[in-house]
Amino acid sequence: MAMTMHVDIVSAEVEIYSGTVTEVYVPAEMGEVGIMAHHAPLITKMKPGEVRVVTDGGSTESFFVSGGILEVQPHVVTILSDTALRAADLDEAAALEAKARAEAAMSDKKTDYDYAHAKAELIEAVAQLETINKLRKRK
Amino acid sequence: MAGAKEIRSKISSVKNTQKITKAMEMVAASKMRKAQERMKAARPYAEKIRNVLAHLAQAHSEYKHSYLSEREEVKRVGYIVVSSDRGLCGGLNTNMFKAAVLQMAEWDEKGVEVDVCAIGKKSISFFSRFKAKVISEASQLGDTPSLEELIGAVKVMLDAYDEGKIDRLYLVYNEFVNTMTQTPRVHQLIPASGIVDKELTHHWDYIYEPDSKPVIDGLMLRFIESQVYSGVIENIASEMSARMLAMKSATDNAGDIIKELQTIYNKARQASITQEISEIVSGAAAV
Repeated sequence: MAMTMHVDIVSAEVEIYSGTVTEVYVPAEMGEVGIMAHHAPLITKMKPGEVRVVTDGGSTESFFVSGGILEVQPHVVTILSDTALRAADLDEAAALEAKARAEAAMSDKKTDYDYAHAKAELIEAVAQLETINKLRKRK
Repeated sequence: MAGAKEIRSKISSVKNTQKITKAMEMVAASKMRKAQERMKAARPYAEKIRNVLAHLAQAHSEYKHSYLSEREEVKRVGYIVVSSDRGLCGGLNTNMFKAAVLQMAEWDEKGVEVDVCAIGKKSISFFSRFKAKVISEASQLGDTPSLEELIGAVKVMLDAYDEGKIDRLYLVYNEFVNTMTQTPRVHQLIPASGIVDKELTHHWDYIYEPDSKPVIDGLMLRFIESQVYSGVIENIASEMSARMLAMKSATDNAGDIIKELQTIYNKARQASITQEISEIVSGAAAV
């Protein structure tokens, strides 16, 4: 029997997956990583993309994550997925907006914000498409 | 008879009010159930991220995040105050503001200034009247707030901490104990204490990709955000149950008033009939 580990995929708003698996594939920031039981402790950021798990029954399930953080312990893998679109400049834009609301003076920041937002949306859309394409090929 | 007519219109207006409060009660009850489910759904993430941070604090990383260490001197503190957007929910917001203001007054005595991040319309209007300085705000989150809407407001506070403008950050919200009880709660976000400190068993560290700093920074940010988010979610559940109770007692009170008015109306009607009869009788006697 293959060695198994526990995987939790959670986002701030909902629990996505929790179960016993043999392999996990995650889109880490430096490239896709495959993880099996007894992996060395690892912690890394994730890009938007597809997370695949091979359950102990042998079936494959895949999920889409829009970035987040991956933590690996020898027997537990935790995937903290982001629900929102995230990028440094986008966060900055959101902060500016909140400030501007407080100062009741939101005038010229609009264009900057829209650009950052569009860019992050594009990145996510591309990743989503890739996931869909991959899924199609497999079937 | 004029009195009777006035009373009748008053009864019907109270009845209308009662219908509205009854409807609001039922709406709040169903929204409360949903809000509670959302609270449950958000719990795994909060638990998991706390676990990861606990592991991280046990690991021997060369990089310690500034959110984990206490600053010696406190010159200015930040408060994130979460309120509801709408009123008609009993003393919920007032009690929470009281708890917040009490603490702020304590800081004030020590000569420490206070910055506020107001979440929810009630909080915004309260603190704009209050002398505290509001540096960021977010409102109209609705019944299903998304994390996305909070990021900006929270980031302003975190930036202020990073720049050394504030030395502590608190979160104030209503804790949902059960349907009948909601208690205002002040929770210290930064420095985040009490996550860790179990015995270290052996020397180990994570492999960080690409580097320890960005990963830990990102994780801390998500952790603070998730705490604020769960505070907001819990506050909504509290709001709904408080509104349900407030509307229930309003409906009951309206019922009492209707009963009283009905008695007065009956008495007035009887009096006018008696008067009429006595007039007719005395008229007949005169003929």
